[in-house]
Amino acid sequence: MTPRLRAWALSAPALLLVLLFLGLPVLSTLTTTFGDPKGPFSQYAAFFNSRFRMTVLWRTMEVAVITTTISLVVGFMTAWVVARAPSRIKSLLIIAAVFPLLTGVVVRSFAWLIILGKNGILNDTLIWLGVITEPLSMLYTQFSVTIAMVYLFVPLMILTLVGVLEGIPQDLTEAAASLGATPAATFRQVILPMAVPGLIVGSVLVFTGSFTSYATPQLLGGERQMMMGTFLYQRAMVTFDWVGASTIAAVMVVVTLTTVLAMSKLARRLNPVAG
Amino acid sequence: MKTNPFLIAFAVLTFAFLIGPLIIIIGTSLSDTTYLTFPPQGISLRWYENIFEISAFRRTMVTSFLLAVGGTALSMLIGIPAAYAMARYRYELPAILGNIYVLPILIPEIVLGFSLMKSVAVGMDFPIMAALLVGHALLVLPYCVRVVGASLNAFDFSIEEAAVSLGCPRWKAFFTVVLPNVRAGIIAGFILAFITSLNDVSISIFLTGPGVSTLPIQLLAHMEQFFDPTIASVSVLLMFVTVGVMAIVERTLGLTFLTK
Repeated sequence: MTPRLRAWALSAPALLLVLLFLGLPVLSTLTTTFGDPKGPFSQYAAFFNSRFRMTVLWRTMEVAVITTTISLVVGFMTAWVVARAPSRIKSLLIIAAVFPLLTGVVVRSFAWLIILGKNGILNDTLIWLGVITEPLSMLYTQFSVTIAMVYLFVPLMILTLVGVLEGIPQDLTEAAASLGATPAATFRQVILPMAVPGLIVGSVLVFTGSFTSYATPQLLGGERQMMMGTFLYQRAMVTFDWVGASTIAAVMVVVTLTTVLAMSKLARRLNPVAG
Repeated sequence: MKTNPFLIAFAVLTFAFLIGPLIIIIGTSLSDTTYLTFPPQGISLRWYENIFEISAFRRTMVTSFLLAVGGTALSMLIGIPAAYAMARYRYELPAILGNIYVLPILIPEIVLGFSLMKSVAVGMDFPIMAALLVGHALLVLPYCVRVVGASLNAFDFSIEEAAVSLGCPRWKAFFTVVLPNVRAGIIAGFILAFITSLNDVSISIFLTGPGVSTLPIQLLAHMEQFFDPTIASVSVLLMFVTVGVMAIVERTLGLTFLTK
């Protein structure tokens, strides 16, 4: 057997699994959206002309963008401290970030159900502090979905950025400082450009993750705060409108793939190493 | 440059934000009230007993465990040869194969779940468990290929060549020379894939059906009907699994592997 043949034979099972059970099913989902007798794009026309569907799309976009922005800021500041911490503390902090990351999304969303509920710890605390007299209804709002999403994705952002920030030699920031750069200038002109690739990877992961999430909007948003993931499920399994569900799926695929491609292009342009 | 004290305070708050909710779950699970409350009014383990009294939880725990082990094993069985081929025959294979193996991460999971339901569970008439197994094997394939691949890339294939040129059959060289050297990657990949499968919602939600469900899906269903601390106790059990997973990753590749 030639090496080339052997290489292909070893790859065949994995390729078959992906092409047969991911490629074909997803393609079939995408193609059914063009099969409408009223014209190939009528499903999309219906989608983009429906006020309800557009509300869901914009809400999902908004939650994903806000989640990404907050995770980016919080993750960056925290990762900076983690990357510069003495090694013993650093390993502890990494454990503290990995632990929630590996704990299931249902468990982590459930925590916010307890915290934000009518008799939840947040309402109890606010009443005890005298900030409010009546418990607020915080569940099933865009707020509850967003805070749980931030909770879900901050560990991912921290871990992505720690690796990148560790790669920035401390000599560089010291050199900048000794040459008279203010901390702000050092940050803007040295640290930030070098961290850009990591910031982009982290943002893509968080944006696509929150844009396509299901369990969190289901538990903390419910019917009232329908998002693309919960909407897709509802169309597919409650109203059995498979073509409508496929259209939602297609919009999700287009948004995620566009984001991934655009951001990796941006990453290449902004990468100071690749020039 | 010393780290800014303001940043340190901010990081402390972030970690409190990350760990606090999990501590609240633990507290809630120990409550002796029939509703969710924190801090607990009195301490009791009744909700832990309750997990095992509800047959749906017992059943779905077993299903989830078998599915995670089976799906990961299947995925490893086909992912390891693929990762080996990518590392060993770098110039014989197009680089795009690496992108194909990570498609299950790139395509939104919920779209994959929906498509599998339509094409495989309904279209090909797969039994529920078989469809779940295929779905989970796909879901974890990127972990298997990437983590094992990372170990293989660090492996010096001239050692394998030495064995072969000394007369060792290729398959035997693979099992006795290559595999033992990437054992850490395989164990870490297996355990990361296992926990991913165990926690999965977006694929399972479309593929579970009458009589067969997974633990996360059962948790979601339970939460819609009951609001008692049983969910908190199951969550704590799942946290113990996470601790075990982390211990194994730390011993094999080290947790810092996850920051790369």
